[in-house]
Amino acid sequence: MRRVFPAVTCVTMLAALYLIFMVVPTEQQMGIVQRIFYFHVSSAWMAFLGFFLVAGASAVYLWNGSRGADRLAEAAAEVGVLFCSLVLVTGPIWARPIWGVWWTWDPRLTMTVILWAIYASYLMLRAFGGEDEAVQRYAAVLGIIGVLDIPIIMVSVRLLRGMHPAVIARNEGGSGLVDPWMRIALVVSAVALILVGSWLMQLRVRASRLAEEMAALRRETEARQGEVA
Amino acid sequence: MTHFPYLFAAYAVVWLGLFGYLLRLGRRSRELEEELRDLRRQLGR
Repeated sequence: MRRVFPAVTCVTMLAALYLIFMVVPTEQQMGIVQRIFYFHVSSAWMAFLGFFLVAGASAVYLWNGSRGADRLAEAAAEVGVLFCSLVLVTGPIWARPIWGVWWTWDPRLTMTVILWAIYASYLMLRAFGGEDEAVQRYAAVLGIIGVLDIPIIMVSVRLLRGMHPAVIARNEGGSGLVDPWMRIALVVSAVALILVGSWLMQLRVRASRLAEEMAALRRETEARQGEVA
Repeated sequence: MTHFPYLFAAYAVVWLGLFGYLLRLGRRSRELEEELRDLRRQLGR
Protein backbone atom coordinates (compact mmCIF):
# COMPACT_ATOMS: atom_id res chain seq x y z
CA MET A 1 0.00 0.00 0.00
CA ARG A 2 2.88 2.36 0.84
CA ARG A 3 4.15 2.06 -2.75
CA VAL A 4 0.79 1.85 -4.55
CA PHE A 5 -0.59 5.07 -3.05
CA PRO A 6 2.17 7.41 -4.36
CA ALA A 7 1.97 5.71 -7.79
CA VAL A 8 -1.82 6.19 -8.02
CA THR A 9 -1.37 9.80 -6.88
CA CYS A 10 1.26 10.48 -9.59
CA VAL A 11 -0.90 8.93 -12.34
CA THR A 12 -3.96 10.96 -11.27
CA MET A 13 -1.86 14.13 -11.12
CA LEU A 14 -0.50 13.51 -14.64
CA ALA A 15 -4.07 12.93 -15.90
CA ALA A 16 -5.18 16.20 -14.29
CA LEU A 17 -2.31 18.13 -15.90
CA TYR A 18 -3.01 16.54 -19.29
CA LEU A 19 -6.67 17.55 -19.07
CA ILE A 20 -5.89 21.10 -17.91
CA PHE A 21 -3.22 21.89 -20.51
CA MET A 22 -4.12 19.65 -23.47
CA VAL A 23 -7.86 18.97 -23.43
CA VAL A 24 -9.80 21.75 -21.73
CA PRO A 25 -10.78 24.59 -24.12
CA THR A 26 -9.57 28.10 -23.34
CA GLU A 27 -12.21 30.13 -21.55
CA GLN A 28 -13.43 33.00 -23.76
CA GLN A 29 -13.48 35.90 -21.27
CA MET A 30 -10.47 35.15 -19.08
CA GLY A 31 -8.22 33.34 -21.54
CA ILE A 32 -5.51 30.92 -20.42
CA VAL A 33 -5.30 32.37 -16.93
CA GLN A 34 -8.62 30.61 -16.14
CA ARG A 35 -6.63 27.34 -16.08
CA ILE A 36 -5.34 28.42 -12.65
CA PHE A 37 -8.86 27.68 -11.35
CA TYR A 38 -8.45 23.89 -11.54
CA PHE A 39 -5.66 23.75 -8.96
CA HIS A 40 -6.81 26.83 -7.05
CA VAL A 41 -10.30 25.42 -6.40
CA SER A 42 -9.01 21.88 -5.79
CA SER A 43 -6.48 23.21 -3.27
CA ALA A 44 -9.33 24.98 -1.47
CA TRP A 45 -11.34 21.75 -1.31
CA MET A 46 -8.31 19.85 0.02
CA ALA A 47 -7.72 22.57 2.64
CA PHE A 48 -11.37 22.35 3.75
CA LEU A 49 -11.15 18.57 3.92
CA GLY A 50 -7.98 18.88 6.04
CA PHE A 51 -9.66 21.30 8.44
CA PHE A 52 -12.78 19.10 8.74
CA LEU A 53 -10.41 16.24 9.61
CA VAL A 54 -8.76 18.43 12.28
CA ALA A 55 -12.19 19.10 13.80
CA GLY A 56 -13.24 15.44 13.67
CA ALA A 57 -9.97 14.08 15.05
CA SER A 58 -9.89 16.80 17.73
CA ALA A 59 -13.40 15.84 18.82
CA VAL A 60 -12.28 12.20 19.11
CA TYR A 61 -9.20 13.32 21.10
CA LEU A 62 -11.34 15.36 23.51
CA TRP A 63 -13.76 12.43 23.83
CA ASN A 64 -11.32 9.61 24.59
CA GLY A 65 -7.79 11.14 24.70
CA SER A 66 -6.60 9.07 21.72
CA ARG A 67 -3.00 9.89 20.80
CA GLY A 68 -3.62 8.65 17.26
CA ALA A 69 -6.49 11.13 16.80
CA ASP A 70 -4.33 13.94 18.16
CA ARG A 71 -1.50 13.06 15.76
CA LEU A 72 -3.97 12.97 12.84
CA ALA A 73 -5.40 16.37 13.85
CA GLU A 74 -1.92 17.95 13.89
CA ALA A 75 -0.99 16.39 10.53
CA ALA A 76 -4.30 17.45 8.93
CA ALA A 77 -3.85 21.01 10.24
CA GLU A 78 -0.36 21.27 8.76
CA VAL A 79 -1.46 19.92 5.37
CA GLY A 80 -4.62 22.06 5.47
CA VAL A 81 -2.57 25.22 6.12
CA LEU A 82 -0.23 24.28 3.25
CA PHE A 83 -3.15 23.97 0.80
CA CYS A 84 -4.86 27.08 2.19
CA SER A 85 -1.58 28.98 1.61
CA LEU A 86 -1.56 27.73 -2.01
CA VAL A 87 -5.14 29.04 -2.39
CA LEU A 88 -4.15 32.43 -0.99
CA VAL A 89 -1.18 32.70 -3.36
CA THR A 90 -2.74 31.35 -6.57
CA GLY A 91 -5.92 33.43 -6.08
CA PRO A 92 -4.15 36.82 -6.32
CA ILE A 93 -2.09 35.55 -9.28
CA TRP A 94 -5.41 34.91 -11.07
CA ALA A 95 -6.97 38.16 -9.79
CA ARG A 96 -4.24 40.51 -11.04
CA PRO A 97 -4.93 40.08 -14.78
CA ILE A 98 -8.72 39.58 -14.34
CA TRP A 99 -9.68 42.14 -11.65
CA GLY A 100 -6.67 44.42 -12.14
CA VAL A 101 -5.66 44.13 -8.46
CA TRP A 102 -3.72 41.52 -6.51
CA TRP A 103 -6.05 41.62 -3.54
CA THR A 104 -9.39 43.01 -2.46
CA TRP A 105 -11.17 42.61 0.88
CA ASP A 106 -14.00 40.60 -0.66
CA PRO A 107 -15.97 38.55 1.97
CA ARG A 108 -14.78 35.18 0.64
CA LEU A 109 -11.15 36.26 0.47
CA THR A 110 -11.29 37.82 3.93
CA MET A 111 -12.91 34.76 5.49
CA THR A 112 -10.29 32.53 3.84
CA VAL A 113 -7.48 34.61 5.35
CA ILE A 114 -9.20 34.28 8.74
CA LEU A 115 -9.43 30.49 8.26
CA TRP A 116 -5.72 30.36 7.43
CA ALA A 117 -4.89 32.47 10.50
CA ILE A 118 -6.98 30.24 12.81
CA TYR A 119 -5.17 27.07 11.76
CA ALA A 120 -1.76 28.77 11.62
CA SER A 121 -2.44 29.77 15.27
CA TYR A 122 -3.40 26.15 15.99
CA LEU A 123 -0.01 24.99 14.62
CA MET A 124 1.87 27.67 16.57
CA LEU A 125 0.06 26.64 19.75
CA ARG A 126 1.08 23.03 19.09
CA ALA A 127 4.67 23.99 18.23
CA PHE A 128 5.39 26.40 21.08
CA GLY A 129 2.92 25.29 23.75
CA GLY A 130 5.03 22.34 24.87
CA GLU A 131 3.86 18.81 25.68
CA ASP A 132 1.35 19.96 28.28
CA GLU A 133 -1.95 18.09 27.92
CA ALA A 134 -3.93 21.27 28.63
CA VAL A 135 -2.30 22.94 25.59
CA GLN A 136 -3.29 19.97 23.44
CA ARG A 137 -6.88 20.28 24.66
CA TYR A 138 -6.95 24.05 23.96
CA ALA A 139 -5.60 23.33 20.48
CA ALA A 140 -8.29 20.69 19.93
CA VAL A 141 -11.01 23.19 20.89
CA LEU A 142 -9.51 25.76 18.49
CA GLY A 143 -9.40 23.09 15.77
CA ILE A 144 -13.13 22.44 16.23
CA ILE A 145 -14.20 26.10 16.42
CA GLY A 146 -12.10 27.07 13.39
CA VAL A 147 -14.04 24.79 11.06
CA LEU A 148 -17.18 26.94 11.56
CA ASP A 149 -15.57 29.46 9.20
CA ILE A 150 -15.86 27.05 6.24
CA PRO A 151 -19.68 27.21 5.78
CA ILE A 152 -19.40 31.02 5.89
CA ILE A 153 -16.80 30.91 3.10
CA MET A 154 -19.07 28.59 1.07
CA VAL A 155 -22.11 30.87 1.21
CA SER A 156 -20.26 34.19 1.16
CA VAL A 157 -20.42 34.55 -2.66
CA ARG A 158 -24.23 34.51 -2.64
CA LEU A 159 -25.21 35.90 0.76
CA LEU A 160 -22.60 38.61 1.20
CA ARG A 161 -22.58 39.69 -2.47
CA GLY A 162 -18.85 39.30 -2.93
CA MET A 163 -17.08 39.65 -6.28
CA HIS A 164 -15.41 36.22 -6.09
CA PRO A 165 -16.86 34.09 -8.94
CA ALA A 166 -18.91 30.96 -8.26
CA VAL A 167 -16.98 28.23 -10.02
CA ILE A 168 -19.52 25.52 -10.66
CA ALA A 169 -22.74 27.44 -11.29
CA ARG A 170 -23.13 30.50 -13.41
CA ASN A 171 -24.13 33.54 -11.41
CA GLU A 172 -23.86 37.28 -11.66
CA GLY A 173 -20.23 38.18 -12.19
CA GLY A 174 -19.21 34.52 -12.30
CA SER A 175 -18.13 32.46 -15.26
CA GLY A 176 -19.22 28.93 -14.47
CA LEU A 177 -17.58 25.92 -16.10
CA VAL A 178 -19.53 25.79 -19.36
CA ASP A 179 -17.67 23.02 -21.18
CA PRO A 180 -18.08 19.43 -19.88
CA TRP A 181 -14.30 18.93 -20.14
CA MET A 182 -13.84 21.83 -17.73
CA ARG A 183 -15.96 20.05 -15.15
CA ILE A 184 -14.14 16.74 -15.76
CA ALA A 185 -10.75 18.50 -15.38
CA LEU A 186 -11.89 20.08 -12.13
CA VAL A 187 -13.06 16.73 -10.70
CA VAL A 188 -9.82 14.96 -11.73
CA SER A 189 -7.71 17.82 -10.31
CA ALA A 190 -9.66 17.67 -7.06
CA VAL A 191 -9.13 13.90 -6.80
CA ALA A 192 -5.40 14.35 -7.59
CA LEU A 193 -4.88 17.03 -4.94
CA ILE A 194 -6.93 15.13 -2.35
CA LEU A 195 -4.68 12.10 -2.99
CA VAL A 196 -1.57 14.28 -2.64
CA GLY A 197 -2.94 15.76 0.58
CA SER A 198 -3.77 12.32 1.99
CA TRP A 199 -0.28 11.06 1.13
CA LEU A 200 1.33 14.08 2.84
CA MET A 201 -0.86 13.56 5.92
CA GLN A 202 0.13 9.89 6.05
CA LEU A 203 3.85 10.87 5.93
CA ARG A 204 3.31 13.57 8.57
CA VAL A 205 1.55 11.15 10.94
CA ARG A 206 4.42 8.68 10.47
CA ALA A 207 6.99 11.40 11.30
CA SER A 208 5.05 12.27 14.49
CA ARG A 209 4.94 8.61 15.50
CA LEU A 210 8.71 8.28 14.97
CA ALA A 211 9.34 11.45 17.00
CA GLU A 212 7.23 10.14 19.88
CA GLU A 213 8.98 6.77 19.78
CA MET A 214 12.33 8.54 19.89
CA ALA A 215 11.33 10.74 22.82
CA ALA A 216 10.29 7.60 24.74
CA LEU A 217 13.61 5.87 23.94
CA ARG A 218 15.55 8.99 24.99
CA ARG A 219 13.77 9.03 28.34
CA GLU A 220 14.64 5.35 28.77
CA THR A 221 18.31 6.01 27.88
CA GLU A 222 18.50 8.89 30.37
CA ALA A 223 16.89 6.76 33.08
CA ARG A 224 19.46 3.98 32.48
CA GLN A 225 22.33 6.48 32.56
CA GLY A 226 20.91 7.87 35.83
CA GLU A 227 20.86 4.37 37.34
CA VAL A 228 24.49 3.78 36.31
CA ALA A 229 25.60 7.12 37.80
CA MET B 1 -1.05 34.69 -24.44
CA THR B 2 -0.02 37.83 -22.54
CA HIS B 3 -1.23 36.21 -19.33
CA PHE B 4 1.07 33.21 -19.67
CA PRO B 5 3.49 34.39 -16.91
CA TYR B 6 0.58 34.43 -14.43
CA LEU B 7 -0.38 30.87 -15.35
CA PHE B 8 3.25 29.76 -15.08
CA ALA B 9 3.70 31.52 -11.73
CA ALA B 10 0.56 29.95 -10.24
CA TYR B 11 1.53 26.39 -11.17
CA ALA B 12 5.17 26.98 -10.15
CA VAL B 13 3.99 28.08 -6.69
CA VAL B 14 1.81 24.97 -6.33
CA TRP B 15 4.63 22.61 -7.35
CA LEU B 16 7.25 24.35 -5.22
CA GLY B 17 4.93 24.28 -2.22
CA LEU B 18 4.02 20.62 -2.57
CA PHE B 19 7.52 19.36 -3.41
CA GLY B 20 9.14 21.56 -0.75
CA TYR B 21 6.86 20.16 1.94
CA LEU B 22 7.29 16.59 0.66
CA LEU B 23 11.10 16.92 0.72
CA ARG B 24 11.01 18.43 4.22
CA LEU B 25 8.86 15.56 5.50
CA GLY B 26 11.05 12.95 3.80
CA ARG B 27 14.26 14.43 5.25
CA ARG B 28 12.75 14.70 8.75
CA SER B 29 11.56 11.06 8.65
CA ARG B 30 14.99 9.85 7.50
CA GLU B 31 16.75 11.77 10.29
CA LEU B 32 14.35 10.39 12.89
CA GLU B 33 14.80 6.83 11.61
CA GLU B 34 18.60 7.17 11.84
CA GLU B 35 18.46 8.59 15.36
CA LEU B 36 16.05 5.83 16.40
CA ARG B 37 18.41 3.20 15.03
CA ASP B 38 21.32 4.72 17.03
CA LEU B 39 19.29 4.89 20.22
CA ARG B 40 18.11 1.29 19.82
CA ARG B 41 21.73 0.21 19.33
CA GLN B 42 22.72 2.04 22.53
CA LEU B 43 19.92 0.28 24.40
CA GLY B 44 20.96 -3.07 22.91
CA ARG B 45 17.66 -3.74 21.07
